[in-house]
Parts: sequence; C-alpha cells; structure tokens
Amino acid sequence: MHIIVLVKQVPDTSEVKINRETNTLIRDGVPSIINPYDMYAIEEALRIREKYSGKVTAFTMGPPQAAEALKEAVALGVDDVVLLSDRSFAGADTWATSYALSQGIKKLGAFDLIIAGKQAIDGDTAQVGPETADMLGIPFIAYIKKIEQIEGKKMVAERLMDEGHDVVETSLPALITVVKEINQPRVPSLKGKMKAKNLKVTTWNAKDINADENKCGLKGSPTKVVRIFPPSPRGQREILTGNMEDQITTVVRKLKEQSLI
Amino acid sequence: MDYLLTEEQIMIRDLARQIAVEKVVPVRAELDELNKFPSDIMKALAQADLFGLYIPEEYGGLGKKSLELCIAVEELSKACVGVSTSYAANALGTYPILLYGTDTHKKKYLPDIATGKRLVAFGLTEANAGSDAGGVQTTAKLEGSEYVLNGTKQWITNGGEAEIYTVIAITDRSKGARGASAFIVEKGTPGFTFGKKENKMGIRASSTTELIFNNCRIPKENLIAKEGMGFIVAMKTLDSSRTGVGAQGVGVAQGAIDEAIKFAKQRVQFGQPITSFQAVQHILADMQTMTEAARSLVYSVARFVDSGAKDVSRASAMAKLFATDTAMKVTTDAVQVMGGSGYMKEYPVEKMMRDAKILQIYEGTNQIQRNVIALDMIKEVTRQK
Repeated sequence: MHIIVLVKQVPDTSEVKINRETNTLIRDGVPSIINPYDMYAIEEALRIREKYSGKVTAFTMGPPQAAEALKEAVALGVDDVVLLSDRSFAGADTWATSYALSQGIKKLGAFDLIIAGKQAIDGDTAQVGPETADMLGIPFIAYIKKIEQIEGKKMVAERLMDEGHDVVETSLPALITVVKEINQPRVPSLKGKMKAKNLKVTTWNAKDINADENKCGLKGSPTKVVRIFPPSPRGQREILTGNMEDQITTVVRKLKEQSLI
Repeated sequence: MDYLLTEEQIMIRDLARQIAVEKVVPVRAELDELNKFPSDIMKALAQADLFGLYIPEEYGGLGKKSLELCIAVEELSKACVGVSTSYAANALGTYPILLYGTDTHKKKYLPDIATGKRLVAFGLTEANAGSDAGGVQTTAKLEGSEYVLNGTKQWITNGGEAEIYTVIAITDRSKGARGASAFIVEKGTPGFTFGKKENKMGIRASSTTELIFNNCRIPKENLIAKEGMGFIVAMKTLDSSRTGVGAQGVGVAQGAIDEAIKFAKQRVQFGQPITSFQAVQHILADMQTMTEAARSLVYSVARFVDSGAKDVSRASAMAKLFATDTAMKVTTDAVQVMGGSGYMKEYPVEKMMRDAKILQIYEGTNQIQRNVIALDMIKEVTRQK
C-alpha cells in the first residue's frame, strides 16, 4: 500500500501570543511543530504500513523551513517526504493550498490512501482535506476514529459523530481525516532521527508540479482575510457554593430577575 | 553544565527524556501503586530503538556503549527507577552474551534483543548466595547433548517478563568458585518456571520473581564461554553494568531535586516562599552539588569503560557507590524540603526515596562495592612494592 500523509507545520499554540495593536499572531520566536492532529495521521499511516506493508509519503506545502516538519515525520518512520515550496504559493487559502497539494500528489503517481488530521490548530478550518479529495476526484470521509479493515480496494472505518459513530465503507483510493481518538502517536526512533538529520528534503516548486500560477497562493485564493481579532473576553461569571438547595434557589431567582424564565 | 556530549549523545538524551516525560511520568504512580510491569513503556522504548543502544550494528543495534546507555538510563530514572530497572536489566542479562557468547549465540539472540522483541534477565542471586556469590547452589549437569538444571534463583529482575535468561549454575562443586558456569535458558523450556512476583518497597513497576529449575534440560550449546568460567562471566558482567546503576542514582537524584525546587518556590511559610530561607537553600545547594559530582564520576567512568580499559572493577564500583549513596541522601532531603507534602503520595518524591534504596542494595551492595574498591587499592600498592 502507498499511503500519503498531509502534514502542516504550525506554531506551537501553547506558546503563541497576540499583538494587541495589530491583532495578529506574534510568530517570532515561537517554536514550530507538526500540527497535532497530523501526528495522529502519521501514526495511523505507520500502523497501516506495519499491518499491510507498503510505504508512507508525507507531503507539506510551506516555506523552506517547513522541511523541519518533514524531517520530524522521517524520524517517526515515514519513508519519503515532499515539500511543495514556491514564492507563488505564499498567502494561499485552503483552496489554493488544496490545489497545490493535489497537483503534487498527481505528480507523485499511484496511491491507495491519503490521511490528514481533521484540522490544523492554527487555521481550524478543516477544509484542506475535503478540498484536496475533491480536486483529486476521490471519496472523502471526515473524523475517522478507527480503521476496521482494508481489503483490496475497499476500506471499512468508523467515523466519530456527536453521539456514537458511523461505520463507513469506501472504495480506495480515498482521503480520510482523523480525530485524536484513533491512536496514541509514537515517539521518534533513534535510527529515524539519525536518518532525518542528514536528509535532503525533496522540494518541488510550482513548475515541478505543473501548477497554474493563477490558481496558487494569494492570487488563487478566493478567501480574503479582512481582519483577525481575538474573541471578546467572556462575560462575568459567578460560581455558587453552599448546599445544593440554596444554589438551585439562587439560580432560579437570578434567571427570573433577568426575565430568562 | 556542559558534559561534552556529542550530537548523537544529545539526541539519545532528548529521545529518552521525551519518553520519560510523555510516557512514564503520567503513569508512574499507577504502576507503583498496582505493582504493574510497564509493558507499554517497554514497547515505546523498543520502537525508539533504545534496546539496541549497546548492541553492535552487525546484530541490528546502534553500536553505542556505556556512556550512551548511562545517558538513557539517567533520563528514564528521573521519571521512574522501576521503569529504568526493567530497561537496564536487559543490558545486565545481555552482557554475558555480548562479552563471552559465541558468534552463534550472538546471531541467535542479539537481533531480537536489539529490537526489544525479547526481553532479557540475569540470574545469579539465590537464597544463600547474594553478596557471597560463591554460595550458588543451582546445578547444571551434562547428560549427553544436554545440561540438566536444578535449583532456584531469587529476586530476579524481569523474571517472568523476559524471554531470555542468562543464568549462573554450578557444573563442578568440588572446584568451588571455579566450578560455576554461565548458561542461556529460554522461557518456555520444560522444567523452567517462575515463583511468585515479589511485593517490594520500591521499584514496584519492575518485575521480581524466582526462577525455578526442575530437571530443566537445555542444549549443551547454551553454555556461555567454558565450564568453570561462570564467575568470571558474572563478575565482568557486573563490572560492565554497575556504571548504569550509578546513572540510575544520578537520574533519581536529579528528578527529586527538580520536584523539590519547584515545590519550594511556591510553598509559602511565614509570608514568603520557603526558597527564601537559607536553611532550605543550603539543602538544595548540597543536593545539586552532590548530584553533579555523581554525574561527573558516572560519565568519566563510562568513558573509561568505553575506552576499552581492561580492569574497570574499582572505577565502576566507585561510580555505583557514590552515585547511589548520593541518590539515597538527595531523595531523602527532597522529602525533607517538601515536608508533609513530600511524605504524601500526591507528590512523586516519597516514591523516589523508596526507589533509591534498592540502588544501594542491588548489583552488589554498597558495602561490597567498598570491598572491591579497597581490595583493588591494596592490590595496587602490593604490586608496586
């Protein structure tokens, strides 16, 4: 089996701060990590490879420093990596990103399954997975929490829903996005880390993947970001203590005072 | 401090640290409470290639040596000595094969040990043979193409969990210490069973059992080195592994310091954090100074061992002795700095203190280490005369 994993390098949000004047993220000095949901995608790809044999290729689109994320993927056990990097890719929204990824995947050739995290923790759109599948003309299933079986050109998987889960069957190749319930990502291996250290990451530009520059980057992005702002702070909170009866009486009284009941 | 580690050694340290932080710390209290072997952590260590650290590359390992093993053991010990004991006992069980095994032994066993597929244990101690290793009563009798083993080994780390056991047994009682031999016994061999799992004060994540041999027949090819070499195999094995016990001491001591200072900074008494009191500052300073000295000794001795030095008994005994006495003192002081909280199971230092105690006892008590050191000093002076 040939499994492709889509990864994104994101700022470690536990370290991100917001510039209150410009309302943008302060990315300077913030360490970059593989999007945590993509770690589950990588782990699942490695497990499928261990079970059914084959190979795993990790793809990312980003600036040259995104090669670090791919090296981390190699340290975890991914066989091959490709970085899509070109000045014309800069400023891409999810649509233009998916376009570049789909062009890169087309160049790579045959594959059986594409796995991505359900969303990236910086943009939180959850759109690149489904859009890429659409551009490649293959089935897409979101929120996979378990792969039950892969047999020939068919896969059965469980999709996490608000209540319980669906069992879904799809033909392959397909693209799935995974949720954190699917596995426990491994730590890298020493041999992997040593391999990653000396790795020259394969990099393809717009020309390499035969991409139409009008569909790439800012130019190819229908989304225009007008303003970025942090959510307004929550309103006043009050935590009630004391015995339950009194607490309930207080809640009822307060709701009545505000004409909510 | 700069320990002059290579880029690869730093990589090994960071990886072991990542496993310690992500996989060990969250479960250590539960493993301790339930006396539960850390199978998942062993799997993570295997996946990370850490079981192959000290195995030559030709047998699927990474071809590293004592220092690298010490670095990994130290990091794991910061989080849990029960886990690091389960890990390091593999090296102890593997050294007889590494040092004295035939090429056939190495080809047969080392690749599976390097990948962590099969765990290893070393069996020397018996009810009447601890510090006095000469008291071994387990026998191995050659019958045709097989040795027949009879006897019981006691307090064997990884007992029941390991699949490969290197065991010392007597082949000729009339020759005393020169009548002992070393053997490889595989789990599942008829006549080889395990006693109950011991209920220990500390390192409760590790498995400790008896090994019971009752007419256990093994192929005569499983003899390591020659008949009569058993004690040399055992002593050279312990010479090689002792530095690693020192690294466990450094690790648990540092782990306790890290907890104690974190706590002391936010613990307020008399209106100020207790770190503002000299009484506390001085304890912390001594803890860190002792631990730093122990680390320097352990790393120097590991480098000495790795240089291919012929006689490392005294050096490795000193590393084990000093680092583990330090561990006992420092973990006890960590509990003291943290006071009542330190004594409670909500914090990890009481466990560290219980765990540290075994380091002064196993792989040669610290009294035996002093014997080794003093005898070697006396021998040296005698030689010079």
